[in-house]
Amino acid sequence: MKILVLISQVPDTTARIAFTNDNTSYDTSGVQFIVNPYDEWYALVRGLELKEANGGSVTTVTVGTADTEPTIRKALAIGADEAVRIDVAPVDALQVAEQIAAFATDKGYDLVLAGKETIDYNGSQVAGMVAELLDLPYVPLASKLDIAGATATVERDVAGGVEVLEVQLPLVVSASKGMAEQRIPNMRGIMAARTKPLNVVPAAEADHVAATARFELPPPKGTCKMIPAEDAGQLIELLHSEAKVI
Amino acid sequence: MSTIVFIDTRGKKIPKAATEAVTYAHQLSGGPVTAVTFGDATGLEALGAYGAGKVVVARGVNTVDGQQLTKLVVDVASDQDAKNVVCMHDATGRSVAPRVAARLKAGHVAGAIALPEGDLIKRNVFSGKARSWVKVSSPVRVISLMPNSIAPEQGERTATVEEYSGDLGEPRIALKEVRKAGEGIPLPEAEIVVSAGRGMKGPENWGPIEELARLLGAATACSRPVADMHWRPHHEHVGQTGIAIRPNCYIAIGISGAIQHLAGVNQSKVIAVINKDPEAPFFKAADYGIVGDAFEVLPKLIEAAKKLNAEH
Repeated sequence: MKILVLISQVPDTTARIAFTNDNTSYDTSGVQFIVNPYDEWYALVRGLELKEANGGSVTTVTVGTADTEPTIRKALAIGADEAVRIDVAPVDALQVAEQIAAFATDKGYDLVLAGKETIDYNGSQVAGMVAELLDLPYVPLASKLDIAGATATVERDVAGGVEVLEVQLPLVVSASKGMAEQRIPNMRGIMAARTKPLNVVPAAEADHVAATARFELPPPKGTCKMIPAEDAGQLIELLHSEAKVI
Repeated sequence: MSTIVFIDTRGKKIPKAATEAVTYAHQLSGGPVTAVTFGDATGLEALGAYGAGKVVVARGVNTVDGQQLTKLVVDVASDQDAKNVVCMHDATGRSVAPRVAARLKAGHVAGAIALPEGDLIKRNVFSGKARSWVKVSSPVRVISLMPNSIAPEQGERTATVEEYSGDLGEPRIALKEVRKAGEGIPLPEAEIVVSAGRGMKGPENWGPIEELARLLGAATACSRPVADMHWRPHHEHVGQTGIAIRPNCYIAIGISGAIQHLAGVNQSKVIAVINKDPEAPFFKAADYGIVGDAFEVLPKLIEAAKKLNAEH
């Protein structure tokens, strides 16, 4: 089974969020970058588990400039067989999806996995766009994925329950919590990652149809009204009569 | 400027998020819009109250296949020469909106939280820690609306309902089963959420959390460690790597408020925090706080909630 995992680079979950150039770009100074947790913990690890169970290969693909390579090596250290970097800065979701689709087309991937969204742009867009461009079925927000032969069984949490879906491969799936457990790379994996192939491919033609014009930070929270523990019941009254939310 | 809005109305009643999406589309276009939906829901005329002039419905279609639904939306968009396609940013919207955008080569604003200002549309980024303003440069815009971002309109009009007559082809995704969740309110739709963390010391202590939630008509949620230790099911985990929610009221008990947890709840209108550690970072993000032991505070909250229910 040939598995392709979409990997994004994002700021560490604890990174300071600040903007420069008149609030038009994210301030990367001092920021440590990581593999997007949904891509890594859920999509990549489930891809590796399926490969270990069924044979095959796991390739990662990232749209980004050379500064994403340390992050890509991390995905290799966790166990991907090879990585691909499409050499262009990501600007908007459609452009990224078109790059990935141009690379993946005719390569015969049975399964394309991605995290349900990135923790920086939170768009939940690229995997669905890739599916459309490759004319493949797509299940977003999956919490469970099993493959038997050419049939995938996918579960996802929806309002009021869990949907169980059945789809024939090839297929695109976005992964949410529950799909797999995080794997910590060991020393052998980290050493092996240094010599695994990281192929750089040139960018294809792509559309640019959306762009972030500027960023802003949310207004600061007002002060927190403290209630003495012995009068805790007052909280319920305040939520009702003052905040009017219960 | 023609605007259509795609909503999922498969349930017994029209979901609130759908009424919000129709309202948003109506205010965006400044006139009646065409709503697109599928399935066998009755009473779709009522969508007129929110600004739909016409509802196009694919009857008998109860699909979860995003390709079929994409064809439905693209057909109606082309028929109406739509310049704006509004979707809900829910599971159905996420499987359809990106596909529609890719098909139409349209810029897609995912998770919009307000109407455009000029040609810029506001959305959350960095898991709610910042906002961005997106400019779309393609002739068609696809906008997915974050739930709870706009107050639904309440007009008097009714919409005309038309059946979609095109061919959506065969589904490639089959829905085998829906396992209903237990009783209680689904977390993503809840307006009030009672959430608890490691401070509860063990899964056997969740009784008072559930009781408080029941009294307040709230859903229950939890922090990541609690889900990881299997004290509570994964679908209750709110935070950066769980689900993000936007209730009117979030009550956090025994959760310290690490930045990853805040990323999942920082869009709540009002946050109340109960923690025995006065230095817990959550108090900085809270509107109301109680420094105290959960096991001493909870009975007082339950008693007050019973009193409130008795009075109203």
